[in-house]
This record gives sequence, C-alpha cells and structure tokens, in this order.
Amino acid sequence: MRVRRRRRLLRAAWKSRELQAVQDRTGRIRPGDVLLFSTVRNEHIRLPYFLNYYRDLGVDHFLFVDNGSDDGTGDFLAQQTDVSLWQTDGSYAGATFGVDWQNGLLRRYGNGHWTLMVDPDEFLVYPFCDTRPIRALTDWLDDSALRSFSAMLLDMYPRGRLDEHPYATGQDPFEIAAWFDSGNYTLKKNPVYGNLWIQGGPRGRMFFADSPEKAPALNKIPLVKWHWRYAYVSSTHALLPRGLNHVFEDWGGEKASGVLLHAKFLDTFAQKATEELERNAHYAESSEYQAYASRLKAHPDLWCKWSEKYRNWHQLEDLGLISKGNWA
Amino acid sequence: MSVGIAMLVHRDLERAEQVARHWTAGGCPVVLHVDSNVPRAQFQAFHDTLADDPLVRFCERHRCEWGTWGIVAASQSASAMMLDSFAGVHHVYLASGSCLPLRPVRELVAYLAARPRTDFIESATTSDVSWTVGGLDIERFTLRFPFSWKKNRRLFDRYVQLQRRLRVRRRIPEELVPHMGSQWWCLTRQTLSAILQDPERSRYERYFRRVWIPDESYYQTLARRYSSNIESRSLTLSKFDHQGKPHVFYDDHLQLLRRSDCFVARKIWPGAGRLYEAFLTGRAGAMTPAEPMPGKIDRVFARAAERRTRGRPGLYMHSRMPRPGREHGVTAGPYSVFQGFVDLFADFERWLAKGTKARVHGHLFAPEGAAFSGREAVFTGGLCAGAMQRDYAPQSFLTNLIWNTRGERQCFQFGPADNQGIAGLMARDPNAQISVISGAWAVPLFRSNRNFADLRKEAARLQKIERRHLALLRAAETKARVRIWTLAEFIEAPMEHLQQITDEICPERRKGLAEAPTMNDLAGFGQFLQNLKNQGMHPHLMGDFPTKTVPVNPPTAVRKPYLVR
Repeated sequence: MRVRRRRRLLRAAWKSRELQAVQDRTGRIRPGDVLLFSTVRNEHIRLPYFLNYYRDLGVDHFLFVDNGSDDGTGDFLAQQTDVSLWQTDGSYAGATFGVDWQNGLLRRYGNGHWTLMVDPDEFLVYPFCDTRPIRALTDWLDDSALRSFSAMLLDMYPRGRLDEHPYATGQDPFEIAAWFDSGNYTLKKNPVYGNLWIQGGPRGRMFFADSPEKAPALNKIPLVKWHWRYAYVSSTHALLPRGLNHVFEDWGGEKASGVLLHAKFLDTFAQKATEELERNAHYAESSEYQAYASRLKAHPDLWCKWSEKYRNWHQLEDLGLISKGNWA
Repeated sequence: MSVGIAMLVHRDLERAEQVARHWTAGGCPVVLHVDSNVPRAQFQAFHDTLADDPLVRFCERHRCEWGTWGIVAASQSASAMMLDSFAGVHHVYLASGSCLPLRPVRELVAYLAARPRTDFIESATTSDVSWTVGGLDIERFTLRFPFSWKKNRRLFDRYVQLQRRLRVRRRIPEELVPHMGSQWWCLTRQTLSAILQDPERSRYERYFRRVWIPDESYYQTLARRYSSNIESRSLTLSKFDHQGKPHVFYDDHLQLLRRSDCFVARKIWPGAGRLYEAFLTGRAGAMTPAEPMPGKIDRVFARAAERRTRGRPGLYMHSRMPRPGREHGVTAGPYSVFQGFVDLFADFERWLAKGTKARVHGHLFAPEGAAFSGREAVFTGGLCAGAMQRDYAPQSFLTNLIWNTRGERQCFQFGPADNQGIAGLMARDPNAQISVISGAWAVPLFRSNRNFADLRKEAARLQKIERRHLALLRAAETKARVRIWTLAEFIEAPMEHLQQITDEICPERRKGLAEAPTMNDLAGFGQFLQNLKNQGMHPHLMGDFPTKTVPVNPPTAVRKPYLVR
C-alpha cells in the first residue's frame, strides 16, 4: 500500500508539470482556511451558482484546474478574487481522470487544511448545513480527531424529459432536478482499500438494470484534513493511507456523514454525454457514457412514483441517507 | 460585589474578551488566566484591550495541557488573586473562555446570595461515577501517569498495564477520600481559602500533580474536606459525549439553551455569533427564580450518543455498515415470510392483504424477478423488480425494502425455487416471522401439466433445497420466529394455524377470521406422491399423506360460511 501511495504521489508530481498557472492567488490562503479543489471542462453555465453555494457554506479559497475549456470558463474563473486557476490541455484520462493533477495541487497547497474535492456538479449537504457553516463541521471533526468525512453521491433528476426544463446560469439546479431515489443503494466493502463501494440510485435503476455490477460508484470522501503524504486513488472514492477510508462505523453505530447532491441530469447532460463519449476520457473506456448515450436517445424519464422530492437535510437524515452521528 | 469569575482562556481571545466584559458590566470582577501556550504578542494585545476595565485582572500564566496539573495551577493562581484583590467576593465561579452566561448576571448573583454557605461542585466518590474515560476511576489516584494520553496513547496504556501487572500503588494521603466531578465549580470564599491556605497544601499538591486529570479531582476531593455544605452539581451546563469530549453549542441551540434556565453553558463554538449576540446583549427579562433545568439538553445529547454508538436498527448506509452480528437489529421492522402458502391456497395474497392490512407481496426472490405487491416494476425507495439487480445484492434488497417501508408491515412469499441467498439473513433476524408449510411446493407440480420425468427431477431439487432451509431454520442460532408444519399437518386444521399467524401480524384485530382462503383441490395428491415414490424419489417433507383419502372439508376455527372447492 505504501508503494501504491508513493506511486500515486510520484505520478502526481510528474503530471503536475502539465499544469500552467493562469491566476495564482494561493498567497491569500491563511492557516485554517477551508479549500476547495475541482477540475472543470466547459462548465461556465454552472460555475456562478457553484461558487456562491460554497462561498455561502464558508469555503475560503477555490483551486481549479481548467482542462481545455473553450466556453469562457477560464476567463470567468480568473476574474474571481477567491479563485486560483491552472490550465492544462493534457489528457484527462492520462492524468487518472484528473486525480493526478489534483493530488499535485493538494500536496502543494492542501497540507494542514481541510480540503474539499468536488466536481462542479456536486453540492455538499451535511447535517445542520442550514445553520452551521462548514467551519463548524471541520472544527468538530478536528475535536473528534477525525481526518475525513464521507458524503455519498446522490443523483438528482427532474420529472419528465431532461431537455424539458433548460438550466439558466446562476439558477439553483435543484429547482429542476429536485428528485432522488431514497432507498435502492447496495453497499459492499472493498477489501483492497477498506472503503465502501456503493451503487444504485436512478443510474443503476435506469441504465444498468441488466449489469448492476457496472453501475458507477457513489461512495465519496470529499472532505479531508489534508497532509502532504495523502493521495486520492480513484476520483474521490478512495484515499491512501487506507485509514482515511474508514468513514463508516462497523460496530453498529453511525458516524456523521453528508451527501453530495449530484446535478448531473439537467438539459446539459445529453450534450455532455456525447462530448465525453467522443473524448473517450472516462473510466473503463467510458462504458458509463456509452450506456447513457444509447438510452438517452429515447429521452427516458428518470422519475418514478417512488421518487422523493428534495426538501432539506432533515429529510435526508430521516431517510437514512446522511447521519448526524454524535454531532448534536 | 459578590461573585468573582476565574476564567481560564486558551484560544479565541476575542470571544473571551466579550464574555469578560459582560461579567464586569454586571458588576462581577474577572481574573483571567491565559494559557502560556498563547504567543506573547497575542497575549499582550489581549491584555491591552482589557486594560481599561478596573474589574479585570490577569494572573500568573501556566501551561495548560489537557489532563495535566497545569489547569489546576492556573485555577489556583486565578482564584488566589481573586480572593486577594477583591475583598467583597464571597463566591468564586470557575469558567473557561468558551463558557457563555445564559442568564443575566444579576440573576446568578442573587441566586448565590440566597445560598451564601453553599459550594456548588460536582463531587462523587470513584465508585459512583460512570462517565470515566478509559475505564480509569480509582486508578487515577493510585497509578502514575508520566505519559500524555492524547499524544502518547500507546505508551500511556502500556505503562498503566505494567503498573497493574506489577501491582504498583501510590498511597493516597490518609485524610483524603478521592472524589471526582465536573471541573467547573463555584466555591465560597471560606471553602476556597481553606483549600488554598491549607498548611498541608504543598503535600496534597505533590500528590495531585501525579494524579490523572487532576482538575476533575483536586477541588472535588478537598472541598469534601472543608466544605460545610456541598451541593454536588455544577452550575455550568456542560455535556460530554461518549468519548469524553464536551458537546459544542451552535446557533441552532439558541432556543434549547434559553429554555434550560442554566446560568452558564460550555462549550460554545466561537463562530456562533447569534448565541453570543443573544445572550450577551442583556436580556431584560423579569427576574425568574427558576432552577436550572438541563433535562431537555440532556435528552438531545443522549440521543446523539445513542445514534453514534448504536445507530438506527436496520439501516445500512455509507457511514453505518455494521459487520454481521453487530447490527443492533438486522432489519428495521418486523415482517412475515410465507413459504408454501400460495402453493396450497389459490388466493392467499389477496386474502392475507384483506385480513391484515399489511403489504403483501408475491415471491420477492423468484428467479424471474421480484413480485412486488400489485406487480409493480419499481417499489418504495426506487427498488427495482429486475432479477439481475436484486440478485446482485439480495441482502441489501431485503434490508432496503424493510427500511423503506418503516411503519408498514411487509409480507412476502418464499420457497425453495427462490434465491436462497437471503435465507441466512432472515434466519438470524428476530424481526422475521417465518411460517413454512413444508412440502407444499409439490402442489403446483401436481397440478401442472408437465412430463413426469421433469416433475420428478424438479421435485428432487426442491426437496433438497427446502430440507437445507429447514435445517437452517431449526438451527440453534436462528433468531427468527419460525413455525413449520408439514403439509399433512397443516391441512388438518388450516384455520387454526392461519389464525395464529394473523394474530401475530396484527394483534389489535384479534377477531376470528371471517373468511378462509380458497384451498386448491388436492384430490389425487396422495397418489401423485406415491407415484413419485414409485419412481424412486421419496418426498418426505409433506408428512404422512394418505394415498386414498383426501381431506374434503378441513375443519375451521370459526363457524362461518367459507369456500372450499
């Protein structure tokens, strides 16, 4: 495992050479700041809401990698005063789906900070997030001697066809994609890294009904008190050293946890799916996107009568999708 | 001037300043102890901002590390300075920088003035406390602790082990009886000065310096020696979680704290601006002589501890994945499993749904897919009926189903033709009510129009599977409530048995069953079994089925018209 971790870090160092700083404001990072890391590609339309959402939660600084956008994403981000931006035209797949770039940035800027690594369509929801900023959570995690915080990916979808409700810049995506599956997730332990492997949700239900083992993983550990020795292994599903993956309680209790609301299924999705398929830049030869593209032509409705409409974190807690643990 | 505040500060100095000013505005002098870990420049700035307040003093600084003597030394210096500098003080209240007064200062002053001889200090003998961390109670006083619990846990534990094995004991000073309790106290001048001016103080100090977490025992033990009137509770509301770290209060606790009527709460998150604003901008309420009532807050935190240590039964999620045997409830609620009933009765599902108001499914684990009630393709929570998805994780399928339908009892059919991967989980689940008519799987075979050779093969397969399943259900480890009848046994008095089962499903509807389900015609079944035997396959799970006579009119428990075809 140590060898694997070292290899990850070496790769990160190597691949980081592909990054070019466009706007480096990392000098403004103060000790104790909460940092957000993300890789983007043509996400201009989503970013205004994304940035404001996390600013409201109390994220102090954003570190973005722009992977060859051509829709003005880079210019937009460079103008933000709390954003540091790197640019690369390197291969997303070649950088282990962006993980190498981020590991490099985390190693350089994340050490000693609470770091949040999310995609631009992922929105963190944790217990009490409406009344307590993210600093309250990280302080509590510090006091509890916890280094990482689990947040499962919760796929959100609209009612009706995806292209029925166009998304406008700055809009809350969950006004459109307001629905989710509450209880069809399967959990398995991954003996290699000691993390959980979670599958299911609307993607499992609609796109992988006949090959559930291929459904995308939904387990994520996006919030970590970073140390330069740490490394993400595959996306934010697993970390090394393995102790960081033990975000679940296996002696009967519940640890505190949140979810990442996933605003993937908007009208932008069909276009994205085709584009990603052409780039062939995703995991396992983009088999996930192949499954989408073939099904999307029929304009499926992800909604069913058992779909839950999202209200707030209390609802997610009642449904058992997040837990307060002993945070009260 | 009557109450003095000894305040121990180690970080978030701005909040400490705010609180100190609140106390002095209420007429209470404050002596501040600032942890010597705080950098000099920071301390100086803090010192200067409070220099204009005549009621504020700074005492000698000590190094405060959790669980060590430094905290006691700090409180000693602060309270000694308090007693010397402010002659009018008759109670000294020990508080920390993250304490927040919840009631107007004058209410606290009045409360203490009405009890001039009472010392408020939680103090219990070691045998009476249940909250000690690390399982150390009396051993706190008899062992030595040179290693830090927080930084050198392994060394700490090893050294404790070693001392236990070598039976090393320290002698407790004879005149002392070890007591422990919350480190936040409020003592009278008399008691406190007796402790501080005791001619034996240096001897006691030498002893307590080596005690583990002396701030929870030094004053608590010595107060017992000098005080005439101890009220064994802390005026500071301070709750600890199962790991022994204090619960933190946030903005959303405002109403809870208001209603608690406690004088001081700890600890407050420094970012909880609304709390500081609400409680420090003097609430002009009427003087209420209310006693502190921390009960409600206790319950909130007790629930949190329960959630952390036991969790919600039957829930499997990304931060709760109990290993087998540690679930505290395999599933979320009771459910019923019927094996063989649909084979024997033609309209069993409809009948059961009508009679019990439960949700009745067909064979949830059938090879062709889950037969949800109403034969829906998707069920609560987005569970899919597809066989592939269900069989990918059959146990998750069942636990999800029971979790998703909390509050509604689920009933489903099961049989030897179904996915047996779920049998083990059901057998060790106390929530499962499993009723089996063994051998009933032969009825559909008997009624089917298939070649006898196929039937014989199928019968042998099903019998083998069911026999294994029955062995599992009869095993000593089985926790499910299991009822097993042979087919022959069951049809002797079907209504009696059905009544038993439905009574258990809905105990509130304990009436006789109005209607019986329609039983399939079994004429010739005995001969069918005999034919199987003649072909060399011995069907034994049905019990003794007579070859010729067929029970035409099974007796029933109630005398109501019913249908028997």
